[in-house]
Amino acid sequence: MIYSIKQAFKQFFRNGAMSTASVLSITAILLILGLFFLLIVNVSNIAARVENDFDSIQVYLLDEADEAAADYIMGAIKAMPEVQEVEFLPREQAMEDLKAKFGDKAYLLELRQDNPLPNSIMIRVGLIEDADKVVEYVRAFEGIEGINYYKETVERLIKLNRFIQYAGLMVIFTLVIISVIVVSNTIKLMVLAREREIGIMKYVGATNWFIRGPFLVEGILIGLISAGVSVGIVAFIYYKIEEVLGTDLLVMLSSGLVSHRFMIENLAAIFAALGVSIGACGSIISMRRFLDT
Amino acid sequence: MIEYKNVTKTYGANIGLDDVSISIDKGDFVFLVGPSGAGKSTFVKLMLKEIEADSGSIVFDGTEITKMSNREIPRLRRNIGIVFQDFRLLPRKTVYENVAFAMEIIHVSQRFIRKQTPQALSLVGISAKAGKYPHELSAGEQQRVAIARAIVNNPMVLIADEPTGNLDPDTAWEIMELLEHINTRGATVVMVTHAKDIVNRMGKRVIAIKDGRVTRDERKGAYRPDEDEAGAAGALDGGLPVL
Repeated sequence: MIYSIKQAFKQFFRNGAMSTASVLSITAILLILGLFFLLIVNVSNIAARVENDFDSIQVYLLDEADEAAADYIMGAIKAMPEVQEVEFLPREQAMEDLKAKFGDKAYLLELRQDNPLPNSIMIRVGLIEDADKVVEYVRAFEGIEGINYYKETVERLIKLNRFIQYAGLMVIFTLVIISVIVVSNTIKLMVLAREREIGIMKYVGATNWFIRGPFLVEGILIGLISAGVSVGIVAFIYYKIEEVLGTDLLVMLSSGLVSHRFMIENLAAIFAALGVSIGACGSIISMRRFLDT
Repeated sequence: MIEYKNVTKTYGANIGLDDVSISIDKGDFVFLVGPSGAGKSTFVKLMLKEIEADSGSIVFDGTEITKMSNREIPRLRRNIGIVFQDFRLLPRKTVYENVAFAMEIIHVSQRFIRKQTPQALSLVGISAKAGKYPHELSAGEQQRVAIARAIVNNPMVLIADEPTGNLDPDTAWEIMELLEHINTRGATVVMVTHAKDIVNRMGKRVIAIKDGRVTRDERKGAYRPDEDEAGAAGALDGGLPVL
């Protein structure tokens, strides 16, 4: 074990150019992988937030419906097990919200003296699939002007999110396989350079694991160094993105990026595991041919 | 110690060994002679389980190695020391490290290595050059290092594959004396060779192989004239490592 580690470090530095080359290639691959990871996590995050914002059903009440009628309807809706939250939204509040949304252009709304918006009830369902049922139930009540909800939009969003996740996974999977090939080629070259030595080791009675050990450790070393470097670069890029976007764009999206601490910690753990397995697989694959007796 | 029973090994249409039965006792000193391609290297490779016999059985120290699994090969080889014509030392290791390396491989303690390595070096008379690298040594000295490496783990059998092939006659003779000394210390020695005068002078057991068959097996044998010619031919292409 100690022998393996010592040998691995010796080999790593003795074949400096080769080690550097493979560390660079794997770093590049992990970098792309890391950026994909950032993308996927953030898209999921934004999708979750948007989903949260849009998965409410807005029930517009007729002007003649009084507070008692509204209370009655709300009580009935609240009793449904599918419903998570019910909230009364008075027309004045609706106007305020609209003005806030318009921001600089709020004066346009001032052009009208009266408030054309009706009172409404906001319903939040636990599962978007239940929205139809709730809408059907609510429609039966008197005093309702109309119902507005974005089931299709939300469903489409969920689909898009899922697609990005699957596509991302495919890309990540492909990149991992490419890195295994890169490592295995590097190790193969190193094994070739030491073929004679390995032959002698076998004649003297070294077990396959004894011969494999140093190369295995070396592969893992290459993987780990690549992981470290790429996590560093990805972290730097993420800080920069946060810095640039942080002020305006993110406010518009009404959802911030996933915190860099959460991102980097997870990325470091994932990459460390990935680096170790890429290195280990690469070296074991490349040594197979040399060790079958 | 070593028992070949009706061993046959073919390489496609070429015959390696053809129904060969040989028995070598513990403590024997055996010369394996014969023309190139006669089957000497097949004999050696089979003993190391580098190749598998087509039929027959080979028993080494009570274990039937023809039935041994590949996992057990390293253990088998630890009981067999090997010396090659081209020495096969590790160029980036010193003399001391080359010998210690054979022990590191079998996971013995550092303390034991530090005790055993100088002993092996002094046995072959190369202690003074322990810190040198192989390329700084003469051919004869390199072969001594190779022998030290082969015997440092106290193998039961020492296989010498044309150990004198690259050496001048005087140096070759020194190596032979060394091998004989190792033999008297208890190791069985099997030496593959083409060197007629060495075989004749030593007067040890001689097994001659030709076309995959044992043509002669004599105690206190010598090289025969009909094998001599082939021997000369072999000496010319002696640079080929047999293994």
